[in-house]
Amino acid sequence: MFSTMDSAPASYTDTHRPAPAVQISGAAVVYDGEELFSSLDLTLEAGRITCLLGPSGVGKSTLLRFIAGLAEDASGTVTLSDGSATAPKLAYMAQHDLLLPWLSARDNVVLGARLRGETADKARAEALLQELDLADATALRPDKLSGGMRQRVALARTLYEDRPVVLMDEPFSSLDAVTRHSLQALAAEWLRGRTVLLVTHDPLEALRLGQRILLLAGKPAKLREVAPPAGPPPRDLQAVGMGEAHAALMASLQAAKAAR
Amino acid sequence: MSANLRPLAIALGLLALWQAIVWLSGVPPYILPGPELVSAKLVEDAPLLLHHAGVTLTEILLGMLLGTFFGSLFAISMVLSQGLRAWLLPLLVISQAIPVFALAPILVLWLGYGLASKVAMAALIIFFPVTAALLDGLRRADPGQLDLARTMGASRLSTLIHIQLPAALPAFASGLRVAAAVAPIGAVVGEWVGASAGLGHLMLHASGRMQIDLMFAALLVLAVLAISLYAAVSWLGGRLTPWRSERDR
Repeated sequence: MFSTMDSAPASYTDTHRPAPAVQISGAAVVYDGEELFSSLDLTLEAGRITCLLGPSGVGKSTLLRFIAGLAEDASGTVTLSDGSATAPKLAYMAQHDLLLPWLSARDNVVLGARLRGETADKARAEALLQELDLADATALRPDKLSGGMRQRVALARTLYEDRPVVLMDEPFSSLDAVTRHSLQALAAEWLRGRTVLLVTHDPLEALRLGQRILLLAGKPAKLREVAPPAGPPPRDLQAVGMGEAHAALMASLQAAKAAR
Repeated sequence: MSANLRPLAIALGLLALWQAIVWLSGVPPYILPGPELVSAKLVEDAPLLLHHAGVTLTEILLGMLLGTFFGSLFAISMVLSQGLRAWLLPLLVISQAIPVFALAPILVLWLGYGLASKVAMAALIIFFPVTAALLDGLRRADPGQLDLARTMGASRLSTLIHIQLPAALPAFASGLRVAAAVAPIGAVVGEWVGASAGLGHLMLHASGRMQIDLMFAALLVLAVLAISLYAAVSWLGGRLTPWRSERDR
């Protein structure tokens, strides 16, 4: 589907200093008067993709928003292992594309630069859009794009930020299976070397992309490790052992759901 | 029927209705003059009508500019500062609670018989719809987009300029359409209370001399003025928000 896949970028660490680990300690969030989780500790390992699974409403998105500094009624700290400030190192991608309807795809991609008053690198934005098979759409407004295209523009906007830490909240959940599959592969290439937290409700996505898989469950919610399959992402779902891994993960998810 | 022809058809229909009422009721022309009498007057007194229409249009446009400026200032201040909002919101409600018509004599007393008092009337009458519409639009920006802006390190002002203001444009355009419809009322009421020029003044003047055909001619010109203004503002609103489909406007 994405013909320019072979020109996918080198690992993040080839061009940047290594991405830091993200340490979350004592995270506590109250939502609607209810404690979603408290004194939650988590370290996102440097340069690796961590997938976060769990039943709906358990607080996956809230934990991600907490790390992004967006949660209200929250306490706890988020620090980076290199000691630098968190906010300028983060890129955030939500479940919805959040494209600004009055801007072209290209201008949406450079939104961060515009908002910070920096000069937008339109050439880089166009190159990113081209990588995502959107070369013909750079000048189009979101209302002229399909759902899958819009989500790819949102991905390009996230990648344009070029941050060492990337937080993604079910970024591919609204896409059809084929688009999702290709985007996962593409994202895995682009995210290599960055510290990533990917919230998902799709066990297959976690098995495909996760170098570490976490399960958030219970009330207040606690984290549990699930062993990821071997090999670097994006993994082939037809590979040996993937069926068993899927079955095991599904069993854990069902247990987590029952525990609620 | 083509959408372009519809306004023309409506106008012709109204004219026909007017003529029919004149014929069927047998009302004498000094009570209700027919379209042909008024048309004759329109042609005959065209320079006079145009002169007064120019005055009224100037009042309306200046009033809209002033009202829109202060309305926008109010709305933006209220969005930027929670503290200011607490102080400005009651002022906004008070501005709406006082009937602007009741202020007309005071404004004429303060600002004189000239342009200023009418501009102030028009500005006052559109202040509330413009402020309320823009405030509503600004506050209805997508929270997800605002969150995204925060994670991108956007300042409060930059978020306002790049996200909230464009998002508020459709609501703002609606507010301006309402303003275009009510601003002429403010100007004309101001002219009735005391003026030396303008369509309202001309109508009052004609009324005193029983020149009913001139009154109707002035009224017709005022209607055309108000409708053109509304159409122009609507068109401008559409041009400013091209991402919105026709259906949403």
